[in-house]
Amino acid sequence: MNYNETQLIAIKDFLYKIADDQLIIGHRNSEWTGLGPLVEEDIAFSSIAQDKIGQAQHIYEILHSLGEADADTIAFTRSAADFKSCHLVEYPIGEYDFSLMRNFLFNHAEKIRFEMLADTSLEQLGKLARKYRGEIKYHTMHADTWVKQLGRANEESHARMQTALNETFNLALGIFEESEYAGELKKMGIFEGEVILQQKWIEAITPILEAATLVIPDKNTWQPVYGGRKGYHTEYLEPMLVEMGEVFRLDPKAEW
Amino acid sequence: MRFSTLINITKEDILEALQDVKDPEIPTISVVDLGIITGVDVNEDNFVKVTMTPTFSGCPALKIMENMVKERIELLNPAGVEVTTNFDTPWSTNMISPKGIEGLKKHGLAPPEKHNGLVQIEILEKVKCPHCGSRNTTLKTPFGPTLCRSMHYCNECLNAFEQFKPVD
Repeated sequence: MNYNETQLIAIKDFLYKIADDQLIIGHRNSEWTGLGPLVEEDIAFSSIAQDKIGQAQHIYEILHSLGEADADTIAFTRSAADFKSCHLVEYPIGEYDFSLMRNFLFNHAEKIRFEMLADTSLEQLGKLARKYRGEIKYHTMHADTWVKQLGRANEESHARMQTALNETFNLALGIFEESEYAGELKKMGIFEGEVILQQKWIEAITPILEAATLVIPDKNTWQPVYGGRKGYHTEYLEPMLVEMGEVFRLDPKAEW
Repeated sequence: MRFSTLINITKEDILEALQDVKDPEIPTISVVDLGIITGVDVNEDNFVKVTMTPTFSGCPALKIMENMVKERIELLNPAGVEVTTNFDTPWSTNMISPKGIEGLKKHGLAPPEKHNGLVQIEILEKVKCPHCGSRNTTLKTPFGPTLCRSMHYCNECLNAFEQFKPVD
Protein backbone atom coordinates (compact mmCIF):
# COMPACT_ATOMS: atom_id res chain seq x y z
CA MET A 1 0.00 0.00 0.00
CA ASN A 2 1.16 3.54 -0.62
CA TYR A 3 1.01 5.93 2.28
CA ASN A 4 1.24 9.68 2.21
CA GLU A 5 3.81 11.50 4.32
CA THR A 6 1.60 12.03 7.37
CA GLN A 7 0.45 8.44 7.31
CA LEU A 8 4.01 7.22 7.09
CA ILE A 9 5.05 9.31 10.08
CA ALA A 10 2.10 7.92 12.07
CA ILE A 11 2.98 4.33 11.16
CA LYS A 12 6.65 4.68 12.01
CA ASP A 13 5.86 6.35 15.33
CA PHE A 14 3.49 3.50 16.15
CA LEU A 15 6.02 0.79 15.24
CA TYR A 16 8.78 2.44 17.23
CA LYS A 17 6.60 2.49 20.35
CA ILE A 18 5.80 -1.20 20.13
CA ALA A 19 9.31 -2.36 19.33
CA ASP A 20 11.09 -0.03 21.76
CA ASP A 21 8.93 -1.29 24.62
CA GLN A 22 9.89 -4.84 23.71
CA LEU A 23 13.59 -4.17 23.29
CA ILE A 24 13.93 -2.29 26.56
CA ILE A 25 11.91 -4.69 28.71
CA GLY A 26 13.69 -7.52 26.91
CA HIS A 27 17.06 -6.12 27.93
CA ARG A 28 15.88 -5.57 31.51
CA ASN A 29 14.64 -9.17 31.65
CA SER A 30 18.03 -10.35 30.41
CA GLU A 31 19.63 -8.68 33.42
CA TRP A 32 18.11 -11.49 35.50
CA THR A 33 20.30 -14.03 33.73
CA GLY A 34 22.40 -15.55 36.47
CA LEU A 35 20.51 -13.74 39.23
CA GLY A 36 17.10 -15.44 39.31
CA PRO A 37 15.87 -16.53 42.73
CA LEU A 38 15.40 -20.07 41.35
CA VAL A 39 17.14 -21.59 38.37
CA GLU A 40 13.75 -21.96 36.66
CA GLU A 41 13.15 -18.23 37.06
CA ASP A 42 16.58 -17.46 35.75
CA ILE A 43 15.71 -19.44 32.62
CA ALA A 44 12.21 -17.99 32.38
CA PHE A 45 13.35 -14.36 32.48
CA SER A 46 16.18 -15.12 30.05
CA SER A 47 13.82 -16.91 27.64
CA ILE A 48 11.25 -14.14 27.80
CA ALA A 49 14.05 -11.65 27.13
CA GLN A 50 15.10 -13.62 24.06
CA ASP A 51 11.53 -13.72 22.74
CA LYS A 52 10.94 -10.01 23.23
CA ILE A 53 14.21 -8.89 21.69
CA GLY A 54 13.59 -11.20 18.72
CA GLN A 55 10.09 -9.78 18.35
CA ALA A 56 11.42 -6.22 18.49
CA GLN A 57 13.98 -7.05 15.82
CA HIS A 58 11.34 -8.12 13.29
CA ILE A 59 9.38 -4.92 13.89
CA TYR A 60 12.55 -2.88 13.36
CA GLU A 61 12.91 -4.77 10.09
CA ILE A 62 9.50 -3.46 9.01
CA LEU A 63 10.74 0.02 9.87
CA HIS A 64 13.82 -0.63 7.76
CA SER A 65 11.58 -1.58 4.83
CA LEU A 66 9.85 1.79 5.32
CA GLY A 67 13.12 3.67 4.94
CA GLU A 68 14.58 3.67 8.47
CA ALA A 69 18.05 2.36 9.34
CA ASP A 70 18.67 -1.38 9.75
CA ALA A 71 17.58 -3.17 12.91
CA ASP A 72 20.96 -3.18 14.67
CA THR A 73 21.55 0.49 14.00
CA ILE A 74 18.08 1.34 15.25
CA ALA A 75 18.53 -0.74 18.38
CA PHE A 76 22.07 0.17 19.33
CA THR A 77 22.90 3.66 18.16
CA ARG A 78 19.99 5.90 19.07
CA SER A 79 20.06 8.12 22.13
CA ALA A 80 17.38 8.04 24.83
CA ALA A 81 15.41 10.95 23.35
CA ASP A 82 14.85 8.91 20.17
CA PHE A 83 13.24 6.04 22.07
CA LYS A 84 9.44 5.90 22.24
CA SER A 85 9.21 3.33 25.02
CA CYS A 86 7.12 3.91 28.14
CA HIS A 87 8.78 4.52 31.52
CA LEU A 88 7.59 1.21 32.97
CA VAL A 89 10.04 -0.79 30.87
CA GLU A 90 13.13 1.32 31.55
CA TYR A 91 13.26 1.13 35.35
CA PRO A 92 16.08 -0.99 36.77
CA ILE A 93 15.13 -4.55 37.65
CA GLY A 94 14.91 -3.83 41.39
CA GLU A 95 13.80 -6.77 43.50
CA TYR A 96 12.23 -9.87 41.97
CA ASP A 97 8.72 -8.79 43.02
CA PHE A 98 9.10 -5.52 41.09
CA SER A 99 10.34 -7.22 37.93
CA LEU A 100 7.66 -9.90 38.13
CA MET A 101 4.84 -7.41 38.60
CA ARG A 102 6.20 -5.25 35.79
CA ASN A 103 6.21 -8.28 33.50
CA PHE A 104 2.68 -9.21 34.56
CA LEU A 105 1.28 -5.76 33.76
CA PHE A 106 3.31 -5.32 30.59
CA ASN A 107 2.78 -8.80 29.15
CA HIS A 108 -0.99 -8.54 29.38
CA ALA A 109 -1.00 -5.17 27.61
CA GLU A 110 1.33 -6.52 24.98
CA LYS A 111 -0.72 -9.67 24.43
CA ILE A 112 -3.89 -7.64 23.93
CA ARG A 113 -2.10 -5.17 21.68
CA PHE A 114 -1.03 -7.99 19.35
CA GLU A 115 -4.48 -9.58 19.49
CA MET A 116 -5.91 -6.25 18.34
CA LEU A 117 -3.27 -6.07 15.61
CA ALA A 118 -3.94 -9.55 14.24
CA ASP A 119 -6.21 -8.09 11.57
CA THR A 120 -4.54 -4.71 11.13
CA SER A 121 -4.45 -3.26 7.64
CA LEU A 122 -0.65 -3.06 7.91
CA GLU A 123 -0.15 -6.57 6.65
CA GLN A 124 3.56 -6.90 7.57
CA LEU A 125 2.67 -6.14 11.16
CA GLY A 126 -0.40 -8.37 11.11
CA LYS A 127 1.73 -11.38 10.23
CA LEU A 128 4.00 -10.72 13.17
CA ALA A 129 1.11 -10.03 15.54
CA ARG A 130 -0.46 -13.38 14.74
CA LYS A 131 2.87 -15.06 15.37
CA TYR A 132 3.65 -13.19 18.60
CA ARG A 133 0.30 -13.91 20.25
CA GLY A 134 1.20 -17.57 20.65
CA GLU A 135 4.61 -16.75 22.09
CA ILE A 136 3.39 -14.13 24.54
CA LYS A 137 0.80 -16.57 25.84
CA TYR A 138 3.70 -18.26 27.62
CA HIS A 139 4.86 -14.95 29.06
CA THR A 140 1.48 -14.15 30.58
CA MET A 141 1.13 -17.71 31.79
CA HIS A 142 4.44 -17.41 33.61
CA ALA A 143 3.57 -14.08 35.24
CA ASP A 144 0.00 -15.14 36.13
CA THR A 145 1.21 -18.28 37.86
CA TRP A 146 3.70 -16.47 40.09
CA VAL A 147 1.51 -13.46 40.81
CA LYS A 148 -1.26 -15.75 42.03
CA GLN A 149 1.10 -17.94 44.00
CA LEU A 150 3.00 -15.14 45.72
CA GLY A 151 -0.08 -13.03 46.27
CA ARG A 152 -1.53 -15.79 48.44
CA ALA A 153 1.55 -17.53 49.82
CA ASN A 154 2.20 -15.73 53.11
CA GLU A 155 2.04 -12.33 54.71
CA GLU A 156 5.44 -11.20 53.50
CA SER A 157 5.00 -12.33 49.90
CA HIS A 158 1.52 -10.78 49.81
CA ALA A 159 2.81 -7.47 51.15
CA ARG A 160 5.69 -7.43 48.70
CA MET A 161 3.44 -8.14 45.73
CA GLN A 162 0.93 -5.50 46.79
CA THR A 163 3.75 -2.97 47.18
CA ALA A 164 5.10 -3.92 43.77
CA LEU A 165 1.65 -3.43 42.26
CA ASN A 166 1.32 -0.03 43.89
CA GLU A 167 4.75 0.98 42.59
CA THR A 168 4.26 -0.21 39.03
CA PHE A 169 0.62 0.59 38.38
CA ASN A 170 0.91 4.27 37.40
CA LEU A 171 3.94 3.42 35.34
CA ALA A 172 1.94 0.72 33.57
CA LEU A 173 -0.80 3.23 32.78
CA GLY A 174 1.90 5.06 30.83
CA ILE A 175 1.81 2.23 28.29
CA PHE A 176 -1.50 3.70 27.15
CA GLU A 177 -0.36 7.28 26.61
CA GLU A 178 -2.48 8.20 23.64
CA SER A 179 -0.71 8.73 20.36
CA GLU A 180 -1.09 12.09 18.66
CA TYR A 181 -1.68 9.99 15.54
CA ALA A 182 -4.38 7.81 17.13
CA GLY A 183 -7.07 9.18 14.80
CA GLU A 184 -4.92 8.69 11.73
CA LEU A 185 -4.04 5.10 12.69
CA LYS A 186 -7.66 4.25 13.33
CA LYS A 187 -8.76 5.76 10.05
CA MET A 188 -6.22 3.65 8.18
CA GLY A 189 -7.50 0.52 9.93
CA ILE A 190 -4.15 -0.03 11.60
CA PHE A 191 -4.93 0.24 15.30
CA GLU A 192 -8.07 0.90 17.32
CA GLY A 193 -6.22 2.98 19.85
CA GLU A 194 -4.78 3.07 23.35
CA VAL A 195 -8.08 3.88 25.07
CA ILE A 196 -9.62 0.57 24.02
CA LEU A 197 -6.39 -1.23 24.75
CA GLN A 198 -6.39 0.09 28.31
CA GLN A 199 -10.02 -0.95 28.87
CA LYS A 200 -9.30 -4.47 27.68
CA TRP A 201 -6.18 -4.59 29.81
CA ILE A 202 -8.04 -3.69 32.99
CA GLU A 203 -10.57 -6.42 32.19
CA ALA A 204 -7.78 -8.94 31.70
CA ILE A 205 -5.72 -8.23 34.81
CA THR A 206 -8.57 -7.68 37.29
CA PRO A 207 -9.65 -11.33 37.78
CA ILE A 208 -6.05 -12.50 38.12
CA LEU A 209 -5.21 -9.86 40.70
CA GLU A 210 -8.41 -10.72 42.55
CA ALA A 211 -7.41 -14.39 42.58
CA ALA A 212 -4.07 -13.25 43.98
CA THR A 213 -5.91 -11.19 46.66
CA LEU A 214 -4.17 -8.07 45.38
CA VAL A 215 -5.95 -4.74 45.04
CA ILE A 216 -5.67 -2.39 42.08
CA PRO A 217 -5.15 1.18 43.36
CA ASP A 218 -8.32 3.23 43.57
CA LYS A 219 -9.20 4.82 40.24
CA ASN A 220 -9.36 8.30 41.80
CA THR A 221 -5.69 8.05 42.68
CA TRP A 222 -4.47 6.98 39.24
CA GLN A 223 -1.70 9.20 37.90
CA PRO A 224 -0.49 7.76 34.62
CA VAL A 225 3.20 8.36 34.01
CA TYR A 226 3.36 9.79 30.51
CA GLY A 227 6.21 11.21 28.44
CA GLY A 228 8.04 8.13 27.23
CA ARG A 229 6.08 8.01 23.98
CA LYS A 230 7.34 11.51 23.18
CA GLY A 231 10.97 10.80 24.03
CA TYR A 232 11.04 12.11 27.62
CA HIS A 233 12.63 9.46 29.79
CA THR A 234 13.84 8.75 33.31
CA GLU A 235 17.49 8.94 34.25
CA TYR A 236 17.64 5.14 33.96
CA LEU A 237 17.33 4.78 30.20
CA GLU A 238 20.49 6.42 28.92
CA PRO A 239 22.96 4.35 31.02
CA MET A 240 21.11 1.21 30.02
CA LEU A 241 21.41 2.13 26.33
CA VAL A 242 25.11 2.83 26.74
CA GLU A 243 25.61 -0.62 28.20
CA MET A 244 23.32 -2.36 25.71
CA GLY A 245 25.11 -0.93 22.67
CA GLU A 246 28.63 -1.20 24.04
CA VAL A 247 29.70 -4.25 22.06
CA PHE A 248 27.97 -3.17 18.86
CA ARG A 249 29.68 0.21 18.90
CA LEU A 250 33.13 -1.36 19.26
CA ASP A 251 32.86 -2.26 15.58
CA PRO A 252 29.53 -1.40 13.95
CA LYS A 253 30.61 -2.99 10.68
CA ALA A 254 31.55 -6.37 12.18
CA GLU A 255 29.95 -9.45 10.65
CA TRP A 256 28.16 -11.58 13.25
CA MET B 1 26.50 -18.45 -19.29
CA ARG B 2 26.46 -21.34 -16.89
CA PHE B 3 28.12 -24.72 -16.84
CA SER B 4 27.05 -25.91 -13.45
CA THR B 5 24.14 -28.15 -14.28
CA LEU B 6 23.16 -30.62 -16.91
CA ILE B 7 20.20 -32.07 -15.12
CA ASN B 8 17.38 -29.97 -13.76
CA ILE B 9 16.98 -30.05 -10.01
CA THR B 10 13.47 -30.76 -8.79
CA LYS B 11 11.68 -29.62 -5.70
CA GLU B 12 11.73 -33.23 -4.49
CA ASP B 13 15.52 -33.37 -4.84
CA ILE B 14 15.81 -30.36 -2.61
CA LEU B 15 13.42 -31.61 0.05
CA GLU B 16 15.27 -34.91 0.07
CA ALA B 17 18.64 -33.17 0.42
CA LEU B 18 17.29 -31.02 3.24
CA GLN B 19 16.54 -34.19 5.20
CA ASP B 20 20.27 -34.01 5.97
CA VAL B 21 19.94 -30.60 7.63
CA LYS B 22 19.02 -31.15 11.25
CA ASP B 23 17.88 -28.76 13.93
CA PRO B 24 21.23 -27.81 15.51
CA GLU B 25 19.73 -28.31 18.96
CA ILE B 26 17.71 -31.46 18.23
CA PRO B 27 19.81 -33.57 15.85
CA THR B 28 17.07 -36.19 15.41
CA ILE B 29 14.75 -33.93 13.40
CA SER B 30 15.36 -32.34 9.99
CA VAL B 31 14.35 -28.82 9.09
CA VAL B 32 11.83 -30.31 6.65
CA ASP B 33 10.16 -32.49 9.28
CA LEU B 34 10.22 -29.62 11.75
CA GLY B 35 8.00 -27.77 9.27
CA ILE B 36 10.07 -24.62 8.92
CA ILE B 37 10.71 -24.95 5.17
CA THR B 38 7.67 -23.12 3.85
CA GLY B 39 8.58 -22.71 0.20
CA VAL B 40 10.84 -24.32 -2.41
CA ASP B 41 11.05 -23.02 -5.92
CA VAL B 42 13.37 -23.94 -8.78
CA ASN B 43 13.20 -21.85 -11.94
CA GLU B 44 14.06 -23.00 -15.44
CA ASP B 45 17.65 -21.81 -15.02
CA ASN B 46 18.09 -24.10 -12.01
CA PHE B 47 18.11 -21.18 -9.58
CA VAL B 48 16.76 -22.31 -6.21
CA LYS B 49 14.75 -20.18 -3.83
CA VAL B 50 13.92 -21.50 -0.39
CA THR B 51 11.71 -19.80 2.15
CA MET B 52 11.95 -20.58 5.84
CA THR B 53 10.02 -19.41 8.87
CA PRO B 54 11.27 -19.39 12.47
CA THR B 55 9.78 -21.59 15.16
CA PHE B 56 10.07 -18.73 17.65
CA SER B 57 10.69 -15.12 16.59
CA GLY B 58 13.70 -14.94 18.88
CA CYS B 59 15.20 -18.25 17.78
CA PRO B 60 18.99 -17.80 17.77
CA ALA B 61 19.55 -20.86 15.56
CA LEU B 62 17.78 -19.35 12.58
CA LYS B 63 20.77 -17.76 10.85
CA ILE B 64 22.77 -20.95 11.34
CA MET B 65 19.99 -23.02 9.83
CA GLU B 66 19.68 -20.66 6.85
CA ASN B 67 23.38 -21.17 6.14
CA MET B 68 23.14 -24.93 6.60
CA VAL B 69 20.24 -25.07 4.14
CA LYS B 70 22.13 -22.97 1.62
CA GLU B 71 25.29 -25.05 1.88
CA ARG B 72 23.42 -28.33 1.50
CA ILE B 73 21.58 -27.17 -1.61
CA GLU B 74 24.82 -25.91 -3.16
CA LEU B 75 26.01 -29.52 -3.18
CA LEU B 76 23.28 -30.21 -5.77
CA ASN B 77 25.06 -27.81 -8.14
CA PRO B 78 22.31 -25.31 -8.77
CA ALA B 79 22.90 -22.08 -10.68
CA GLY B 80 22.40 -20.26 -7.41
CA VAL B 81 20.62 -20.47 -4.06
CA GLU B 82 18.69 -17.86 -2.18
CA VAL B 83 17.36 -18.59 1.29
CA THR B 84 15.02 -16.08 2.90
CA THR B 85 13.06 -16.05 6.10
CA ASN B 86 9.61 -14.57 6.45
CA PHE B 87 6.37 -14.94 8.37
CA ASP B 88 4.03 -15.47 5.40
CA THR B 89 3.31 -18.99 6.57
CA PRO B 90 3.69 -18.76 10.33
CA TRP B 91 5.04 -21.88 11.97
CA SER B 92 2.94 -23.86 14.39
CA THR B 93 3.69 -27.18 16.02
CA ASN B 94 0.96 -28.74 13.87
CA MET B 95 3.43 -28.39 10.98
CA ILE B 96 5.80 -30.99 12.44
CA SER B 97 5.55 -34.14 10.30
CA PRO B 98 4.82 -37.62 11.75
CA LYS B 99 8.45 -38.49 11.11
CA GLY B 100 9.42 -35.31 12.96
CA ILE B 101 7.31 -36.34 15.94
CA GLU B 102 9.22 -39.64 16.02
CA GLY B 103 12.48 -37.68 15.88
CA LEU B 104 11.49 -35.61 18.89
CA LYS B 105 10.62 -38.76 20.83
CA LYS B 106 13.96 -40.30 19.89
CA HIS B 107 15.63 -37.28 21.47
CA GLY B 108 13.70 -37.96 24.69
CA LEU B 109 11.29 -35.06 24.25
CA ALA B 110 7.55 -35.29 24.72
CA PRO B 111 6.07 -34.16 21.38
CA PRO B 112 3.58 -31.29 21.25
CA GLU B 113 -0.04 -32.35 21.02
CA LYS B 114 -2.03 -31.40 17.94
CA HIS B 115 -4.20 -28.38 18.46
CA ASN B 116 -7.09 -26.89 16.52
CA GLY B 117 -5.32 -23.63 15.74
CA LEU B 118 -5.51 -22.22 19.23
CA VAL B 119 -3.37 -23.62 22.02
CA GLN B 120 -5.14 -23.83 25.34
CA ILE B 121 -2.37 -23.28 27.78
CA GLU B 122 -3.93 -25.85 30.15
CA ILE B 123 -2.77 -28.68 27.89
CA LEU B 124 0.69 -28.11 29.32
CA GLU B 125 -0.47 -29.25 32.72
CA LYS B 126 -0.92 -32.97 32.00
CA VAL B 127 1.63 -33.76 29.34
CA LYS B 128 2.21 -37.44 28.58
CA CYS B 129 5.51 -38.63 30.05
CA PRO B 130 7.86 -39.78 27.25
CA HIS B 131 9.41 -42.38 29.56
CA CYS B 132 6.40 -44.25 30.98
CA GLY B 133 3.40 -42.78 29.13
CA SER B 134 1.62 -41.56 32.27
CA ARG B 135 -0.34 -38.31 32.25
CA ASN B 136 0.11 -37.92 35.98
CA THR B 137 2.70 -35.21 35.41
CA THR B 138 3.36 -31.69 36.64
CA LEU B 139 4.49 -28.67 34.66
CA LYS B 140 7.59 -27.28 36.40
CA THR B 141 8.15 -24.30 34.12
CA PRO B 142 7.00 -23.28 30.64
CA PHE B 143 10.59 -22.32 29.77
CA GLY B 144 13.38 -24.80 29.17
CA PRO B 145 16.89 -25.06 27.78
CA THR B 146 15.70 -23.66 24.44
CA LEU B 147 12.76 -21.39 23.62
CA CYS B 148 10.75 -24.27 22.20
CA ARG B 149 10.81 -26.51 25.28
CA SER B 150 9.03 -26.64 28.63
CA MET B 151 10.04 -28.70 31.68
CA HIS B 152 7.89 -31.28 33.45
CA TYR B 153 8.02 -33.93 36.14
CA CYS B 154 6.40 -37.36 36.04
CA ASN B 155 4.71 -38.32 39.30
CA GLU B 156 4.55 -41.99 38.24
CA CYS B 157 8.09 -42.83 37.16
CA LEU B 158 9.64 -39.89 39.03
CA ASN B 159 11.60 -38.63 36.05
CA ALA B 160 12.02 -35.07 34.90
CA PHE B 161 11.39 -34.58 31.19
CA GLU B 162 11.09 -31.87 28.57
CA GLN B 163 8.33 -31.20 26.10
CA PHE B 164 8.54 -29.55 22.70
CA LYS B 165 5.85 -27.09 23.60
CA PRO B 166 2.74 -26.51 21.50
CA VAL B 167 2.58 -23.19 19.62
CA ASP B 168 -0.29 -21.85 17.55
